[in-house]
Amino acid sequence: MPNQPIKFYQTGTFTIGNRLLDENNRSVQATAARYNSLNSGHRACQGCGEALGARYAIDAAMAAADRQLIAANATGCLEVFSTPYPETSWQIPWIHSLFGNAPAVATGIAAGLRSKGRGNVRVVAQGGDGSTTDIGFGCLSGMFERNDDVLYICYDNEGYMNTGVQRSSATPPAVRTATTMPLGAEPGNVFGQGKYLPAIAMAHRIPYVATATVADLHDLEYKVKKAINIRGAKYIHIFVPCPLGWGSASNDTINLAYMVKECGLFPVFEAEHGKVTGVSKIRKPIPVEEYMKPQRRYAHLFGKNPATETIAKIQALANENIQTYGLLEQGAK
Amino acid sequence: MTLKQIEGSHGVAEAVALCRPEVICAYPISPQTHIVENLGEMVKAGELKAEYLNVESEFAAMSVAIGSSAVGARTYTATASQGLLYMAEAVYNASGLGLPIVMTIANRAIGAPINIWNDHSDSMSMRDSGWIQLFAETNQEAMDLHIQAFKLAEELSLPVMVCMDGFILTHAYERLDVPTQEQVDAFLPPFEPRQELNPAHPLSIGAMVGPEAYTEVRYLAHAKQMQALERIPEIAADFKLGFGRDAGGLIRPYRLEGAEIVIIALGSVLGTIKDVIDELHEAGQKIGVLGIISYRPFPLEAICEALKDAKKVIVLEKCFAVGIGGIVATNVRMALASTGQEVLTVVAGLGGRAITMSSLHAMLQEAVAGRLGKLTFMDLQQGVVDRVLEHERNVRRSGPIAESVLRDIGAVASKIS
Repeated sequence: MPNQPIKFYQTGTFTIGNRLLDENNRSVQATAARYNSLNSGHRACQGCGEALGARYAIDAAMAAADRQLIAANATGCLEVFSTPYPETSWQIPWIHSLFGNAPAVATGIAAGLRSKGRGNVRVVAQGGDGSTTDIGFGCLSGMFERNDDVLYICYDNEGYMNTGVQRSSATPPAVRTATTMPLGAEPGNVFGQGKYLPAIAMAHRIPYVATATVADLHDLEYKVKKAINIRGAKYIHIFVPCPLGWGSASNDTINLAYMVKECGLFPVFEAEHGKVTGVSKIRKPIPVEEYMKPQRRYAHLFGKNPATETIAKIQALANENIQTYGLLEQGAK
Repeated sequence: MTLKQIEGSHGVAEAVALCRPEVICAYPISPQTHIVENLGEMVKAGELKAEYLNVESEFAAMSVAIGSSAVGARTYTATASQGLLYMAEAVYNASGLGLPIVMTIANRAIGAPINIWNDHSDSMSMRDSGWIQLFAETNQEAMDLHIQAFKLAEELSLPVMVCMDGFILTHAYERLDVPTQEQVDAFLPPFEPRQELNPAHPLSIGAMVGPEAYTEVRYLAHAKQMQALERIPEIAADFKLGFGRDAGGLIRPYRLEGAEIVIIALGSVLGTIKDVIDELHEAGQKIGVLGIISYRPFPLEAICEALKDAKKVIVLEKCFAVGIGGIVATNVRMALASTGQEVLTVVAGLGGRAITMSSLHAMLQEAVAGRLGKLTFMDLQQGVVDRVLEHERNVRRSGPIAESVLRDIGAVASKIS
């Protein structure tokens, strides 16, 4: 689906065109019988991209696994807001162990199930970008390298939001966080640092790597379902805006997730065994400012004296992505 | 009875295999490595049906164990020293979640200075982690304790560490009685988990717990260890019925009758101490020995009762708490809090320094003569220490300590006598 040309069903997107699709192609979320794996009533902030992403992803995984699903969760927002015991939002078997070990716990779950002849039960591990790209990176790389039968989902909101919005290795340059304040000669997070985990995952030559955003439900569900049906290590990196940490309006979550892909800062693609096999094309290219302006974490770049040089450097990063991943349709500007 | 002339690590691997583990995670660290190597061989050869995972760190090893135990699979791993410290966060987590994992600790010193040899610093660093800790005196007991450990762990839904002296036991070859599969099956029932991640009945494990319940959850961990205090001797008695020999239990008294001085220790050094005590008895000196097998839970009452006739108690330990002194001794003093019996600490065998019969003789004669201090470091080379301290007083940039000591001693070898 991601490498197909854009289709116009009703007013132009899959989301709105859902009911015009063949029933098999309609989203899991659109069915009355959706699983609500992450049930309502949890304590996530209004407009939380991670809560949305997790519900989409885990419901799709439940559909693909025919309810035979177990999840391991890293410490973080998703863990904290979902299980204020005795309440839990999880309608699936779910375990939280530590901040840095969700991939290894999932490996153990998969091994335990295999030893018991219950290999039909599928295993998901999930965490935010801090637990994925930083503290849990060793365990994640180990899980990839052994090609353990686990789908790891990273909900990337580009920082440590649960602890109060600090920088992670997934925080983009120039961004204001509590540990990269907009002060000094180079305000915000510095350029030239950070790691791009989808590429690192691909370098492990695992069967499946994909990126997605909460703005494209069909694409996200397609990728999760595909991953669940593959044996071995899978990695899906989902872009999830964080109104609290980014200083964005809670009703802008989907819009920001849409714009980040359209401006080229977040390439949406899938890859098999280390090779890109599908790319979601940019439909209507936009400059990075359009994506950045609604977020207060970039506010220091705008105002009376815009930091045009810095913005140009960010635009250059987007352009590089557009070129590397071939994000523009042939002939598009 | 099948006696096999095998390495301690091999014996433990055979005992673990007889317990039918379903998941084994392995990460190499001396002196534990031979155990998981042997198990890996059995799995590869098809003799043992288990999932065997080569993981990327000890932290991952314990985390994998947490996952597999949570789906109801009998899970085993082994580590030592730095490995145990590296997995520390997951060690606490496994016990906090109440997952009955069994882990061997091949006891080894902790760096810096890096040292691969035996002492008890590693296990002792995890004494408050909520795990049950059993210390083996011999390789036979190490084997037998593993079989008992799975039973104990799974009954209580608590993890168990079986601690055995690195190299001294793990690498020693001797004749070991390897039980039959029938014997072990009769003793150890299949794992029936108290909690299980299963899509048929979804549950959440590992929720956040606030001040409203944290105390109760922690107290229950303590209550379970108190249950272990009762179950450990019962399981040892059951074991004797099935296997025909003594192994495990809380404590092991030796020649306590009429002994005014009792020496307490853990692990393999008890053998050497008993030999010394036998010699002293022949010379008419009545000194007793008390081995502690269960360090967690700590058998306060059993120890108090066993020591009731002693005038002086010497705790010989292969570890110490920097800045205060003995770790085991502190616990023994708690057992004797109301009796006023004198408890002296002897720190010995750090980083593999041999605990010789002659040093033990000399130390005990000091004790008999009333000259043994509250805290003694056996065979400490005071001159070396004094010279390093003197150098530090005189030179600001005195350099790294370990290297200063090595330069002073001028020999690259373990002190044996």
